[in-house]
Amino acid sequence: MPRTGPAREVAVVAFAQSDHLRRTDELSEVEMVMPVLHQVLAQTGLKAKEIGFTCSGSSDYLAGRAFSFTMTLDGVGAWPPISESHVEMDGAWALYEAWVKIQTGEADTALVYGYGKSSPGSVRDVLTRQLDPYYLAPLWPDSVALAALQARALIDAGETDESALAAIGTRSRAAAEANPHAQLSGAVPQGDYQVAPLRTGDCPPIGDGAAAVILAAGDEARRLCERPAWITGIDHRIEAHGLGLRDLTDSPSTRIAAERAGVFERPVDTAELHAPFSSQEVVLRKALGLGADVAVNPSGGALAANPVMAAGLIRIGEAAARIHRGESDRAVAHATSGPCLQQNLVAVLEGDPR
Amino acid sequence: MNATNKEPVAVVGIGQTKHVAARHDVSIAGLVREAAARALADAELTWADIDAVVIGKAPDFFEGVMMPELYLADALGAVGKPMLRVHTAGSVGGSTALVASNLVAARVHRTVLTLAFEKQSESNAMWGLSLPVPFQQPLLAGAGGFFAPHVRAYMRRTGAPDTVGSLVAYKDRRNALKNPYAHLHEHGITLEKVQASPMLWDPIRYSETCPSSDGACAMVLTGRAGAARSPRRPAWVHGGAMRSEPTLFAGKDFVSPQAGKDCAADVYRQAGITDPRREIDAVEMYVPFSWYEPMWLENLGFAQEGEGWKLTEAGVTELDGDLPVNPSGGVLSTNPIGASGMIRFAEAALQVRGQAGEHQVPDARRALGHAYGGGAQFFAMWLVGAEEPAS
Repeated sequence: MPRTGPAREVAVVAFAQSDHLRRTDELSEVEMVMPVLHQVLAQTGLKAKEIGFTCSGSSDYLAGRAFSFTMTLDGVGAWPPISESHVEMDGAWALYEAWVKIQTGEADTALVYGYGKSSPGSVRDVLTRQLDPYYLAPLWPDSVALAALQARALIDAGETDESALAAIGTRSRAAAEANPHAQLSGAVPQGDYQVAPLRTGDCPPIGDGAAAVILAAGDEARRLCERPAWITGIDHRIEAHGLGLRDLTDSPSTRIAAERAGVFERPVDTAELHAPFSSQEVVLRKALGLGADVAVNPSGGALAANPVMAAGLIRIGEAAARIHRGESDRAVAHATSGPCLQQNLVAVLEGDPR
Repeated sequence: MNATNKEPVAVVGIGQTKHVAARHDVSIAGLVREAAARALADAELTWADIDAVVIGKAPDFFEGVMMPELYLADALGAVGKPMLRVHTAGSVGGSTALVASNLVAARVHRTVLTLAFEKQSESNAMWGLSLPVPFQQPLLAGAGGFFAPHVRAYMRRTGAPDTVGSLVAYKDRRNALKNPYAHLHEHGITLEKVQASPMLWDPIRYSETCPSSDGACAMVLTGRAGAARSPRRPAWVHGGAMRSEPTLFAGKDFVSPQAGKDCAADVYRQAGITDPRREIDAVEMYVPFSWYEPMWLENLGFAQEGEGWKLTEAGVTELDGDLPVNPSGGVLSTNPIGASGMIRFAEAALQVRGQAGEHQVPDARRALGHAYGGGAQFFAMWLVGAEEPAS
């Protein structure tokens, strides 16, 4: 399918994230988000009131209360009133909404943030409430059990084996040693089965965290950032909800989104994949056609820190930061939502030639 | 701001469910699909014509389903397509339509299905809003408990007589009798009955509050080429905006929030409206408690500060008045919370399409759809017209 649509140049010009921690009992959501917002604004010198559009991603179910995002808006300092919106999704989709807004020409800059505190409840149980409420949710199948189904399908199909999965966990957590924000890094024992065939090292840590990104268009991006990470393509797709309706060893939604985002037009050097389970990296590598020469999750990825509702936005931010630092020229960033990679967003980020 | 050449956006399909207290006959998926199918039928399009789906609803605790868009992807024909889920509290139905509209305006997609719903009977909205978190402000005994003091402040500030609220409720409930999709059809309604209803949160009486409804509303939005193929007259989006301000702070005016004024001003600027009272023919306004009609008349610039209640009292906002407000019966007659904002936007579009049936405002050419949410802090509005906007 030919790529069509808008052509306004938009770039990630700043990225900040919290340290991702197992618990942050001493912090409200506002207190967790606010420092990150201040950091990302400070990187550009922009004030909240100078931002053209603000959009956030979060989930009431993690906070355990309705309208939780109304409180975090206080952290932005929305006075005088701002043009603002919210998606009940990972912050990566808030970034998408902001990118669309800039494409309309109604804004030249956008502040995007995502956050989640998993520690107040049992996130494995909480995520079961995402499932079909009549037939599936009453059975409380948790997120690790569903990922294990997917891993088993992959092993049965000959796509991977337990030692290959273990190597993904080892590589991710070794990479995270260079990431001061990561929750887990260094040697992590592969551990016991959580739900076979997934062991502790195949599963993400449970943690609290936040991230923020600033987007800017055209010359404004060049003014705010020495080497902007241009979003040359971005798309997202959803699949059927029922696990019996999908081939769990494949991710057609990732592939379609990647095609629409232009991933396959030229090689990428970096991939930041939102794969909370080692087995999901196997699926995503195949859908994105990533070879062994691509640096996958140099940040450590979601196996090193998985703050729900921020982890996808962090992938975009980490990919962009690598371009800012001159460590990448063309990167793919990916975010996921729903059980077993049901919904996937893919963005291509490119730096100006050096 | 960069003046990019935007694609004009047209509403070519509208569908609603008949809103009721409890739809025991359908699942959440069945409910949303009913509205979506009606919108597609109105546009004479099929699921294959839709490029993306944008869905909204109010808190997930209202049905007890976390991020229900995941489960609803199949029911809304979204498999293989992009699906976005918007949540901006009570304004969400309006915000959802605006996000969908931007997808078309930015030429990211040609034809977008947008839908908002609430199936309040699946759970309990009162408890859905009453999950206490330490050291944070809860919503104070339901929405009425939060808003009643601000209504009282309005009365004190403007000297409005305490009869105005009941006039609004009496009007909206009579208008609802002309709208087949409205939840409350109170055939024996009289002004005396409204005034004799129990006091819930002084000064708000039972009959001056919105019901709890199950319902969904959907629209098909498209660009100029799609509008040219539309079997029925489209409604054109002339302006749309969102504004937010913090929940609680010392400088906040709860009677007439600055974010509402700014949002309306932005929409009027986009639409070239300089005198809203004269240039706008119908208003679908988010009025969950009757006194919010006079309050928002001022906030939206239809009346001078302190004068909104005089328009209501003089009958200006009646269906046959010169500025009809909520000809559909409004939120006071139908309140599937997450859908209520989109119903306002859709009803405004029906008016300028001349498709509003018995509650049609004659010759409506420009109509405003309005929504608000949170602690009167989130605002979403659009202005739709019968003519394609001048580019």
